[in-house]
Amino acid sequence: MCLIHISSEQYAAAMSFSVHNLACQRADQLIFENVSFSLTPGGALWVRGRNGAGKSSLLRICARLLKPLGGSITWQGEDILDDPENYVGAYQYLGHQDALKNAMTVEENIKFWADYHGKADVATALAEFDLIPLRDVPAGILSQGQRKRANLARLAASPAPLWILDEPLSALDRHYIGKFRKRLSQHLAAGGMAIYATHQDLELDDSKILELGADT
Amino acid sequence: MTGRFFQVICRDVMLAFRQGSAVTLSLSFFVIVIVLFPLGVGPELSILARIGPGVLWVAALLACLLTLDRLFQADFEDGALDLLMIGPLPVELLVLAKVFAHWLTSILPLIIVAPVLALSLNIHAEGILALTSALLIGTPTLSLIGAVGAALTVGMRRGGVLLSLLVLPLYIPVLIFGVAAVDAAIAQLSVAPHLLLLGGISLGALVLGPVAAAAGLRLSLS
Repeated sequence: MCLIHISSEQYAAAMSFSVHNLACQRADQLIFENVSFSLTPGGALWVRGRNGAGKSSLLRICARLLKPLGGSITWQGEDILDDPENYVGAYQYLGHQDALKNAMTVEENIKFWADYHGKADVATALAEFDLIPLRDVPAGILSQGQRKRANLARLAASPAPLWILDEPLSALDRHYIGKFRKRLSQHLAAGGMAIYATHQDLELDDSKILELGADT
Repeated sequence: MTGRFFQVICRDVMLAFRQGSAVTLSLSFFVIVIVLFPLGVGPELSILARIGPGVLWVAALLACLLTLDRLFQADFEDGALDLLMIGPLPVELLVLAKVFAHWLTSILPLIIVAPVLALSLNIHAEGILALTSALLIGTPTLSLIGAVGAALTVGMRRGGVLLSLLVLPLYIPVLIFGVAAVDAAIAQLSVAPHLLLLGGISLGALVLGPVAAAAGLRLSLS
């Protein structure tokens, strides 16, 4: 299995992620169709839309967690639906659920995911979201905001060029929203890419916007 | 890849011991069910020796089912299953790692206490030896087949009942040869054919189980 090893500071220049004519169906209902976009290094895409417009479904399709009804997704020019081998390890997915085990400490949780997805600096990731004082605390007693921070630290701990973020800001306070925005800008400046769905504007300088369900 | 395989095993074993319930639950269930039998059928030693092997095996099947529904469910509920499945470890190996952890935490303890319980059911030494070997060889099948059922029912409310209905009929061959091995030992006959058949079933399940369970997981998640 091929794994992409890139330092968190600089990603390879020749990356591209593109989605062509994607359609999604859930339980006999067509959620969206004809969705196309492409991302190049440093690019970000803000997915917007009403509740039920298919934001989460689109992100789950991009993360290989759902099969699309039709259309294609390519990474470096290769179709990931047919051959995901090069795509595995090239992205990180952050969903609604936080994937933290209540019986494990914050550090153990982050370390497990960092090791599983690729070696990285857990201590730095903990420090970035002020989790050092909480490192030995079982995840079960964290507040919602602290759980979110632990989850964001998971992203920072194992570097991947593409971040797929579903509601990364929910439960975060103003201070940490700012911190996360800074971290995301840093990721993009290093040549990373991001697809995110939020209800709040992240105020990134040059992110593209994809409006789902706009024509219905 | 092997690193990640063992990492998943260590995590699951650690979680099982920290949460405590998995190990103690199936173990105490196993012990209580077997202790109930002499109370129910009476203390007559010849009857106990006659039904003992069957009772031990059936109790082991049921104790295995108790923790099986949490095999993928816990990870599904907190979103960890999504992340595990999109990770670099192939889903088939992920299933195998989780199955192995399940066997270590839920079934191995049963095999360790089984000889003591067998004594209480008046099974003599050769029978106990055959019972322990048959359990060691046959029980991996229980986890492997159970994983297929657990993968298909993940995400369902009250999936545990459906899981039992799906999986218990598939346990019948293991039960038959497992009990036959102990009966053969008690009757001073050769145990080897039964153990070989159990081994064959286990190897078959080792090949088919992870593939089927991985397909089931993909189906359940989409």
